[in-house]
Amino acid sequence: MAYSPKVIDHYENPRNVGSFGTSKEVKERKDIGVGIVGAPECGDVMQLQIKVDPASGRIADAKFKCFGCGSAIASSSLATEWLKGKTVDEAMQIKNTDIVQELSLPPVKIHCSVLAEDSIRTAIADYRKKNGLPAEADAAQAH
Amino acid sequence: MASTTLKLPVYFDHAATTPCDPRVVQAMLPYFTERFGNAGSRNHKFGWEAEDAIEGAREHCAALIGASPKEIVFTSGATEGNNLAIKGVAEMYERAPAGRGGRGHIVTAMHEHKAVLDPCKRLMKEGFDVTFLQPRPDGIITAEMVRGALRDDTILVSIMWANNELGTINEVPEIGRMIRELRKGGGRDDIVFHTDATQWVGKMPTNVETDGIDLMTWSGHKIYGPKGVGGLYVRRRNPRVRLVSQIDGGGQERGFRSGTHNVTGIVGLGEACRIARAEMDSDRERLFRLRTRLETSLLGALDHSQVNGHKDRRLPHIANISFGFVEGEGLMMAIKNIACSSGSACTSASLEPSYVLKSLGVGDELAHSSLRLSMGRWTTEEQVDYAAAEITKAVRKLREMSPLYEMHLEGIDITKIEWQQH
Repeated sequence: MAYSPKVIDHYENPRNVGSFGTSKEVKERKDIGVGIVGAPECGDVMQLQIKVDPASGRIADAKFKCFGCGSAIASSSLATEWLKGKTVDEAMQIKNTDIVQELSLPPVKIHCSVLAEDSIRTAIADYRKKNGLPAEADAAQAH
Repeated sequence: MASTTLKLPVYFDHAATTPCDPRVVQAMLPYFTERFGNAGSRNHKFGWEAEDAIEGAREHCAALIGASPKEIVFTSGATEGNNLAIKGVAEMYERAPAGRGGRGHIVTAMHEHKAVLDPCKRLMKEGFDVTFLQPRPDGIITAEMVRGALRDDTILVSIMWANNELGTINEVPEIGRMIRELRKGGGRDDIVFHTDATQWVGKMPTNVETDGIDLMTWSGHKIYGPKGVGGLYVRRRNPRVRLVSQIDGGGQERGFRSGTHNVTGIVGLGEACRIARAEMDSDRERLFRLRTRLETSLLGALDHSQVNGHKDRRLPHIANISFGFVEGEGLMMAIKNIACSSGSACTSASLEPSYVLKSLGVGDELAHSSLRLSMGRWTTEEQVDYAAAEITKAVRKLREMSPLYEMHLEGIDITKIEWQQH
């Protein structure tokens, strides 16, 4: 399969790889939301962590780790780039189709973009839950 | 370390196809131009030359497998050979006519090549029963397993000699001898034993007599011959195996396979078989040393990696290795200078990981994490060292990026997590 130049760029130079601490540590931090989606037996697992600045409500930093193909890695890398600086409400507007378009993903790889969108929504839902914020109606609906 | 002389990419996919041996190409060349005749032209020199070439090739093929030349049928390759063997036997030995159920029973295995599975599935639709044996966790089908699956109406057993993804070697001579014994017992001379030996023939010693084979398929392009040509062994004595032809026409190949002979291809197959017979032993030893070097290096450098399939009962040139916590297609992308295959879902359109690895009970996660590296006649130590170093580097990089590896390092059992499935 031929990858688009943007997928190759994200794959070879992934942005924001990592995590904000051990899973136990991030669980206890209220400013961090974690989204882990996918399953090893399906060949894709994405872990997205957002760090929200409590004063501004904006995403100050985002990190990802990904078990998956090049398109899955590129989709999650791109998601972290797009998340930084956005409010959580703005971040909820990121759609998988935006990722498909930006990375020129072929139809067989659309599920990678769906996973990336899911990981964003799951991380935001985690952040909201930790902070006693209501989950948005459109955020509650997972795939 | 890669030296400046190493030509990239390096080829580690010899189980998919091999380059033609230059000696094979040399043998073929005259038959494209000055000796272009149709072997069916019985009354001039051009036809006789072609016929002589075909009969010479037939002798080389027969010598390689311990058969008589009259038992060799030339085909377009292993897919056609398997179709002819399986459908040809089913239609010849059926217990009831087409349009009815209960036409006969076939025993095969879950991890056969699609060129065996799909003809069997077609026959199921047409009224035959098929048993797909599950291999042992080490990938082997035993004679005992086959014996246990036989029924009074079994007409065909089709078990591959060596598996194409794993290189694991089934108990083919044992199955052949078991079926031969059943025939001696009387009343069961209608069970035919076919083996898809595409990965085996030309690499490992083969004797259809002592190994008890009735039908055997192989292909030119896996043994340094050309693509588009193969051989089907059809036993002529004890018992004589009959087949219903699947391609009808001019009656070539004793009516088993009509169509103008692919003279150049057949000459190439014959030369490939001649060379294989002469060089098999030294090739095998060299490949075994190279694979040991590759596996020792990779498994030594990378924890949580495993060889899939039986450790020893394997073809010497195939290594199927799972690297835990790393997805196969992502890995292949990182080693783009190593041409190889993956059992990962993402390398196919189906999004299903390798059905071969799944049939062994290898977890889906490890199936997604597998690479098949297969070496050949011209693979060098330098290429092996390069591949091992590149793969090690790539796996380490991807593990840095893998949430599963992070969880593993934290002591979390990833098999106990409730994953959000799609």
